[in-house]
Amino acid sequence: MSVVTLVIDGHDVAGQSGQSILSVAREHGIAIPTLCHLDGLSEVGACRLCMVEVRGARRPLAACVTEVQEHMEVTTTTDELTDYRRQIIELLFTERNHVCAVCIANRHCELQDLAKALGMTHFDLPALNPSAGVDASHERFGIDHNRCVLCTRCVRVCAEIEGAHTWDVRGRASEARVITDLGTPWGESPTCTSCGKCVQVCPTGALFEKGRAVAEGKERRPYVPFLVARNRRS
Amino acid sequence: MSEIIIEPVTRIEGHSKITVQLDDTGEVVDAHFHVTQFRGFERICVGRPLWEMPSLMARICGICPVSHLIASAKACDEILAVEIPPLARRLRRVMNLAQIVQSHALNFFHLSSADLVFGFDGDPKERSFAGVAEAAPELARDGVALRRFGQQIIERLGGKRIHPAWVVPGGVSRPLEAAQRDAILAEVPDARARAKRALGWYKEHLARFAEEADQFGNFPSLFMGLVHESGRAAYSEGLLKVVDANGWVLADQVDPRPYWEYLGEHVEPWSYLKSPYFKPLGYPDGLYRVGPLARLNVIDRLGTPSADGELAEYRERLGRYPQSSFHYHWARLIEIVHCIDAIEHILSEPDILDHHVRAEARVNRNEGVGVAEAPRGTLIHHYQVDDHGLVESANLVIATGHNNLAMNAAVKQVARHYVHGPDVAEGILNRMEAAIRCFDPCLSCSTHAIGQMPLAIELRAPDGTIVREVAR
Repeated sequence: MSVVTLVIDGHDVAGQSGQSILSVAREHGIAIPTLCHLDGLSEVGACRLCMVEVRGARRPLAACVTEVQEHMEVTTTTDELTDYRRQIIELLFTERNHVCAVCIANRHCELQDLAKALGMTHFDLPALNPSAGVDASHERFGIDHNRCVLCTRCVRVCAEIEGAHTWDVRGRASEARVITDLGTPWGESPTCTSCGKCVQVCPTGALFEKGRAVAEGKERRPYVPFLVARNRRS
Repeated sequence: MSEIIIEPVTRIEGHSKITVQLDDTGEVVDAHFHVTQFRGFERICVGRPLWEMPSLMARICGICPVSHLIASAKACDEILAVEIPPLARRLRRVMNLAQIVQSHALNFFHLSSADLVFGFDGDPKERSFAGVAEAAPELARDGVALRRFGQQIIERLGGKRIHPAWVVPGGVSRPLEAAQRDAILAEVPDARARAKRALGWYKEHLARFAEEADQFGNFPSLFMGLVHESGRAAYSEGLLKVVDANGWVLADQVDPRPYWEYLGEHVEPWSYLKSPYFKPLGYPDGLYRVGPLARLNVIDRLGTPSADGELAEYRERLGRYPQSSFHYHWARLIEIVHCIDAIEHILSEPDILDHHVRAEARVNRNEGVGVAEAPRGTLIHHYQVDDHGLVESANLVIATGHNNLAMNAAVKQVARHYVHGPDVAEGILNRMEAAIRCFDPCLSCSTHAIGQMPLAIELRAPDGTIVREVAR
């Protein structure tokens, strides 16, 4: 792999060819907000929160799926980018029913943290309030589609790490849902190994462990550091 | 016929109005207390996981979330079919008692004391808690301090003053720490002194309100509350007891969970608040009262010495079974003293810092009922869930609801006594509101609604036209 030199936020930095802007930025201590990204899993560029400006590009690019190039000039933070990111969070909040006060992930939620960090204090858009439903048929876990942001971390961890590929995505736009085994209730899934990785990587309260009450659902995610270790090996 | 409307009724928790119908001679024909807000929590929770229920239901109220936490968690315990660790029961009890202290303090000092300090005909401009703070600063300070005492206990146990997520299905989420226990115990003497000072103040001034005490919902009725099997007061557990105005026991040592066997829920078209009644006597004869007055009538004793001393004096002056709703105030102050004593007693037990505070279980039943005493009376949460623990239906019988028939009867009594013709002095309108305040209704708790909290009074002519309407 060849070394690539570029400029991020005015700093001269170096990465390897094939590396993403996000990866190089983080190696150099430059923070870019993300939601669908998780170290150790493949990138899908789904949430678009990591959008950055690249000199010469006509639109912002997702840092997680854009490879660094020689002499690239990247800006990670502008008022416009912060506005876009806040709007993305607002869209996520209004698309489903994210009721932090009674959510098991309250105070341990990446969506909530992002809203706070980006200054999203209220919705300007009307909330859709869909009846997204809850599948609690699994013996130990449940999926509350009201809290899902379609980051697909569950889909990727299940396919790429556990090797079960129980999870997938059905439908489009606001009708899209993560599903188990082509829509089989989770409790009847023949492929789910009940490993619980999907629950641990879920950034919100969508995937939860039964028996955990409000605010105590995502306090501990002991599996997540192992994903990073795997990433370092590969 | 003409009608007086008071809308909204003030210094209560929730939205409501009072209507008074007058005949052609200006005499009162009928009067109603209408609850004009709707909350809908029985519907909101459908489809939600069982483990979310205590915290979700606690959002019904910002004043008494702990009552809903406890009744809801008890319903969930039933569905899990677990017996929670005894220590968890005691810790839940402490939080419930703390909430009764702060909620009672809110009603007596912040909402009601202005009527007692300035009189029911006092200048409305100063007849408020701010006015009390000027005219009787020690009384106001005691009220603020007692609320803080209760709220800080809730925070020390649950991490938050309002809506702590600490009470969970199966027990509580974490044990009590020594530092928190010691901090609470250190504040008990001051709180007790303040509560007793307020009680002394009230007893001294009671004689000034003989007419109001005689007219504010002073009628025979049934009384209902949870009682420990030994006959002492029970707030978080206990069995139901119902007595009539003469103390005849209609039900005792009754399991409160199959409440539908003895409580009916009538609906009137003019109010969002259900009108529960005691089934054996039918509707509306099965009118009963709950809350402080009723609790002191159904128990033999409170169970803590200093509060029992106060109870003895209360019974000596008012009789064994006081009937006037005005005496809710006195009963409330005695309960504050008792709750402070009981908190101290429980927290002084040597094993209170142990770690067995939670039972883990899956859904083992499809139905559960949780019953506890809220500040305003008996609170019932009833859930049905599917095999996976998702809520299919919920029925809530809220403490304020139990008192609905009694509140209507009280308004009618006050109106008949004081209202003669459509020209009604402000002090009379205030008395109608004050009769409601005695019950300390929490209307936002009881109808499941949009909005905040005020009430209104209507005076209507025989042809239904509104003669006078008072709204704030």
